[in-house]
Parts: sequence; C-alpha cells; structure tokens
Amino acid sequence: MLLRAEGLGKRLGGRWVLHEISLEVASGEMVGIIGPNGSGKSTLLSCLVGEKKADTGQVWLRDRPLAEMGAKERARQIAVLAQEEVGEIYFTVKGIVEMGRHPHLGHWPWLGERDERIVADVLRQTDSQHLAERIFAGLSGGEKQRVSLARALAQEPVLLVLDEPTAYLDLKYQFALLNWIKQWQASCGLTVIMVLHDLNLAAQYCDRLLVLKHGRIVRQGTPHEVIVPEMVEAVYGMSPIVVEHPLLGVPQVLLTAMQAQENGEERER
Amino acid sequence: MSKGQAFVWGGGLFLCLLFSLAAAVSVGSAEIGIGTVWRVIVDHVLTGNGAGMNPDAVIIWELRLPRVILVALIGGTLAVAGTVFQGILRNPLADPYVLGVSSGAAVGSALIVITGWGLSLLGSWSLPLAAFAGAAVSVLLVLRLAQIRKHLQVTSLILAGVVVQAFFGAVLTLIISLSPEELNRIQFWLMGSLALREWQHVEAVLPFCVGGFALCWLFSRELNLFALGDRSATHLGLSVSQVRLGLILLASLMTGAAVSVAGMIGFVGLVIPHIMRMLTGGDHRTLIPLSLLAGAIFLIWADALARVVLEPRELPLGVITAFVGAPFFAVILRKHQHKWHG
Repeated sequence: MLLRAEGLGKRLGGRWVLHEISLEVASGEMVGIIGPNGSGKSTLLSCLVGEKKADTGQVWLRDRPLAEMGAKERARQIAVLAQEEVGEIYFTVKGIVEMGRHPHLGHWPWLGERDERIVADVLRQTDSQHLAERIFAGLSGGEKQRVSLARALAQEPVLLVLDEPTAYLDLKYQFALLNWIKQWQASCGLTVIMVLHDLNLAAQYCDRLLVLKHGRIVRQGTPHEVIVPEMVEAVYGMSPIVVEHPLLGVPQVLLTAMQAQENGEERER
Repeated sequence: MSKGQAFVWGGGLFLCLLFSLAAAVSVGSAEIGIGTVWRVIVDHVLTGNGAGMNPDAVIIWELRLPRVILVALIGGTLAVAGTVFQGILRNPLADPYVLGVSSGAAVGSALIVITGWGLSLLGSWSLPLAAFAGAAVSVLLVLRLAQIRKHLQVTSLILAGVVVQAFFGAVLTLIISLSPEELNRIQFWLMGSLALREWQHVEAVLPFCVGGFALCWLFSRELNLFALGDRSATHLGLSVSQVRLGLILLASLMTGAAVSVAGMIGFVGLVIPHIMRMLTGGDHRTLIPLSLLAGAIFLIWADALARVVLEPRELPLGVITAFVGAPFFAVILRKHQHKWHG
C-alpha cells in the first residue's frame, strides 16, 4: 500500500467536515474523488498530503506516519497541484519548473547539474521547451496548468495529488492534461489521486472512484460500480440517464435540462 | 535570466558602484579630482594610517569616504530589505517600512531628542539605539497582532502594520506638539540625513548589511516559492509560517539598523526592487544581489545631489529620494490600474 488513511476526522470552524474516513491507495493506481460542493473533498486532500492535520485518525505513506515527516521530506514524495490564484509572477517558465527541485536541494540557492538535467528533461516531456524563457504571467490558462504539471514532475514524486485540475480549462486542454497525467502514470508507475467535478471525465480516466457526501465516503469502487443512477440520485439529487461510452465501455452520465430545479422545488414542498 | 546574464548585470553594476563611490567622494565644497581620490585611498590602504596627511587626504579619508560608504551600505540594505518584504508579502506596494519599523524608530528617537535620556551614558549613540529599540517594539507588536494560531497571514500582517503605524504616528505628533521647539531636529531626522557620520557608524551598520544580505540570499530560493502562493509553497516543502517569520525578523533588523543611523529614507526600498524586477526578472537569487548594488548606487547619487543642490546648505536625503521616487511610483501605480481596470 502506498497511502493508507484510517479514521480521519477533521473539524473546521466547530463543525466536523470529515468523519471516520478510511481508505487505501495502491502503488500505480489512479483514484478519483467525486462528490458535491461542500462534501469535504478538498479538506480530505489537504489531510492526505499532510497540509492540514487531521483531528482524528492518521495517514501513512509507505507505512510511515505522514505526521512524523517534515515538510521537505513529504514534498520529495508527494507533489500537489492545488487551485490557487496568485498575482503576477515575474518568473520564467524555466524558473517555475526549477522550483520543483526545491525539496531535493540544500541551502545553496543554485541547482546542481543533475537538477538542471531533470528540469530540461521535464520541459521536453511536457512539450514546453519553447515556453522555457517566457514569463509565466503571460501564458494562457492551459499553458499555465501544463507548466504547473511540469513543476510537479520535476519534484520526482511517487504520489501526485490534484485538486480539480481541469477547472477553468477548455475541452481540449482538459483532455490534454489528463492524457499527460495518464501517460506519466503508465511510464513511471506514478500513483495519482485527484478530485474531479466532471463524472464523465472521472469515469474515463480513473481506475477507482470514491464518492464523498457530508464528509463521509458513501460509495467506492470501479467506475462501473460507482457511476450508477442510484448513486447520482442519492448524492447529487439528480436523476440521470447512465449510458455506456460506445468506444471505451465506461459509464457516462447524461442529464436533462431543468431537472435540477424541479427536484429542488419538490424537496422544498 | 540565465546565470551568464546575471554575471554581466552584476559585473556592470559593480563597476558602476566603484565609479559612483569615487565620483561621489570628489563631490563637495572643496573640489578634489577623481585621480587624487583614488591615490589617497590606495595610499591609505597600502601604508596604513598615513602620518602627515595633506588636507585633501584628511577630507577624503575622515569626512567624505566614511559618509559615502555609509550611504552605499544604507542604500543596499534598504533595497534588499524592500525586496524581501515585497517577496514574502507578495505585495508590490510593500517596502521596508510596511510593518511600522520607521514610525517606531521615529517615536524612539523623538523621545530621546526631547528628554535627553541616556545622553550621559551612551553619548551620541543614544539616538540610534533608541530608534532601534522603537523599531523593534513596533515590529514585535505587528507580529503579535498578526499571529493567529501560529500562522502569519499576509493580509493580517499588512493590516497590523497599518494599525501600528497609525498609532505610533499619533504618538509622534503628540510628542512634537508638546515641544514644538524641537520640531526642526525631529523633522530633519525624519527626512533622513547622513551629515556628520563617521567610520564608527560604518562599523555599526556593516554587520547588519553584510550578514543580512548573505542570509537573505541563502533564502532566495525559499523567497521564490512565496511567489506561487502559500499553499503551493507548502506543497513544495516550505515551512511557510516559520520562514516568513524568520525573514520578517531579518529584514526588520536590517531596516532598523539603517533607520537608526540614517533616519527615515523613503523610496529606495520600494522603487529599486521594482526597477530591478522589471529589468532582470523576479528570481530572488539574482534580484537580491542586483538590488543591493542598485540601491547603493542610487543612494550614493541621491546623497551627492543632496549635498550639492543648495550648497552650502544640505537637503535631507529623503527629499531627494522622494523627488525621484514619487513620480516613478506614480507611474507604476498607473500601470497597475490600467491592468486591473482595462
């Protein structure tokens, strides 16, 4: 087991947002976490990567308690792509990717030869060589996300954690980004945990899905086991049509316009 | 920017600094050629203390050189501190005084000017020491106010800085209105001045400048990570709150030392980091050393102007830096507004 969590609970502002969460992620797996807004997905990710400390329970990475590891030691194994809006960044793309080497470096500010080589490799693998000297702030949303992924690659992690990596991306970039991650997972045996909003993307890319509602895992399993009308009904309050993807054979969710609104009104009555 | 380009910039600025030092030493009421300046300095360094120095040599070695070197140290220190504050607070308007160092120091020194406390014990050092103490009090107050459950948030730091500055500003006004006859002395100190400074002042500031610069530079990669935002920096293995606290203390210490000796010299710490960031990029590994050099050069020329413009009277240094700095600052502000509001 690469990552194991047992009995995770977390209080925020006097309210329990996670209850008794236990999960295991095997090496090389791609696990998706889905659930409605406010179900605790992002909080769960924060606890799993050691950014937030859980109030109950514990997380182990390769049988070592995460809480015992320092920030730098964690960053050598876990890379995270979080949604964060920052101001102008006066850094070149290469400068941003170089930051990914930070957890592997000591106090001397410059990179060593091996680190330089890894940065060059990563830029090549993500087809961003031509961007290397561009200023990060001037890139498009898709390019920025690609560079952030390159930065995560440069960290040489065993576990990659992504919080809604496809938000704000157009269709083409959503698939491009997930394809890159999938390729990387296949070639390096990387383990991936990601929060996704789009059930159809989740079904296409993930080996296993966890469904979160009110801070509890209410369902888990393969996309076939999880993406069923009853689940969508119970968790999201929508009645969908679930069909099979004609090429991939994975379940895909179709929704009908106006339905959400009607359901809401019914419940109010 | 590549390492090669950085060396070109660094080398160019370093030569510019040497030239500025020599040129500024030859500016003053007694005209001394730049050749003489270098001969005196080289003689002095080679022979130790030159017995029977001619008048030119005395002027250069005892009056002008310590002053110009002190100005360079102050300029470099403020520029580096400003770069660090802008980096950790991710705020383009941050400068070395953003956390109330200056207002605290002003209150400390104003108290000494008025009461004359400690004059018998500490002599001419009572003023800088009081200013330093005032600066320390205000920064510690700001940190205490901004700290929430061991976390230092950028917004609360800046707000706490505003609150503490407002409070100390009121205290300063109160002190001045209680003894208006001392207004001139306090005012002159507030605007910054380096008149009548000697080698002992250089010796006092040097460790803060050199040590502070070296430590800041060793943390330059960490400073870079702050640009990504607190969360991403955490995920890259940075202990955000601890490093932020350490760097705030370090930069405040540097600022406090500079302010204690030179008074409140504005705009160097705000404008120089911006210029250098625009010219050479945001990478603190090159930005910090280049800002050090540029800040030193800028203040050397500002001080030379302050001495020459109204000769034989001397203008407060802060007037000159603000004269150059304020219009530049206005331009930056305009540019940012255009960006945000189309």
